[in-house]
Amino acid sequence: MSTMRNESLPGAAENTGAAPGDKPYAGYLLGLADDAMVYAQRLGEWMTNAPQIEEDMALGNIALDLLGQARGLYPYIGSIDGSGRGEDDYAMQRDERDWRNVHLVEQERGDFADEMARLLWFSAYQVELHTALTGSGDDVVAGVAGKALKEVRYHLDHASLWVVRLGDGTEESHRRMQAALDRVLPYVAELFDDDEASVLAVDRGAGVLPSSLHDRVEGRVAAVVAQATLTLPDGSRWRSRGGRSGIHSRPMGYLLAEMQHIARSHPGATW
Amino acid sequence: MTVVTAESAVAQAISRIPDPEVPVISIADLGILRAVDVDEQAHTVTVTVTPTYSGCPAMEAIASRIVFEADRQGYAADVRTQLSPAWTTDWMSDEGRAALSRFGIAPPGPAPTGEPSGPVAVTLTRHVVTCPLCGSTDTTEIAHFGSTACKALRRCNACLEPFDEFKAI
Repeated sequence: MSTMRNESLPGAAENTGAAPGDKPYAGYLLGLADDAMVYAQRLGEWMTNAPQIEEDMALGNIALDLLGQARGLYPYIGSIDGSGRGEDDYAMQRDERDWRNVHLVEQERGDFADEMARLLWFSAYQVELHTALTGSGDDVVAGVAGKALKEVRYHLDHASLWVVRLGDGTEESHRRMQAALDRVLPYVAELFDDDEASVLAVDRGAGVLPSSLHDRVEGRVAAVVAQATLTLPDGSRWRSRGGRSGIHSRPMGYLLAEMQHIARSHPGATW
Repeated sequence: MTVVTAESAVAQAISRIPDPEVPVISIADLGILRAVDVDEQAHTVTVTVTPTYSGCPAMEAIASRIVFEADRQGYAADVRTQLSPAWTTDWMSDEGRAALSRFGIAPPGPAPTGEPSGPVAVTLTRHVVTCPLCGSTDTTEIAHFGSTACKALRRCNACLEPFDEFKAI
């Protein structure tokens, strides 16, 4: 990730929102970037593991789009939180408690149906998120969102096609797709929690209130699920929480170990 | 479209740089070269490029090639990445489209405005794509994603050859 110079991102100098040392706003942006970064890492695991070679490439390409979203934000966050850190510092040098992603994206990849259920929810969320953020008063955020919106629509399309194909497929594929929807659901609510950082970001005209996205996201997912002859599970006995404040679930440590160990074993290495 | 401030040799050399992943098309014809500002006094050139996709891995190769080509002309290049306005395939030139077609890649149609057809469309083929090899419009999508982020994979039902489609975004 290291050689491209991203310090000249549009609006980095003239954006309206941020002053150096603004940690709450940096925390909000970290939530956006870390969701994308961690999910990119998970999706990348499908390379050579997907049911078809075309799907290796599809999930690899989706991962790449998400990695790009994260790269668009990390150097900017470094200019806001006062640390001056670059993209590699954020991706490779932070410990688990410093990550602000939701639990949904850090879960183990499961089987292919699990991944399609997760991708359906996450891409539907990202379509609504980036649609809203294109109107952000922060030029950098609006720029990243405008770019990402075109891509995440395609991700949603891809997930929708698979959920319909599997749900409305054979008895076995239907059973497994339904089980996947049921397994993913407890991790969905966390996407829509309004934490302090998001409320402050909304106050400055730069962010979007996560809870305001819920109904439209659920509407998108419900339409796909219905067409797939599946059932949207209602409620659950428990739900995940804590990712936005750095409290993560068991798979997160393993994910970071795999993602970071080369960079940490060879500090400052270049190639 | 791309703004080239001077007909200078350095601007020309930069606009002719081929895309590293689809080398039959130049970065100017692809529409990702947004501005070339040449300072003849200081012998510097400021080049603004925009990525096709957020994570396009070719951006680093393109940036280093720009620095290299500028250096060959005696200029120091400052390469800037610009995300907004987001790149669209509508910025691709007619020459670029013709070059793609000759190479066997179906050029992009008009970029979709807003949402694609509703939340779900179950059919894989939703728009007409002409086979770049035989000209038939009877083609089918094989895979949503192709060998690079910017392409999908299709098959011609007339000549039976597979081919890449440059996705309209």
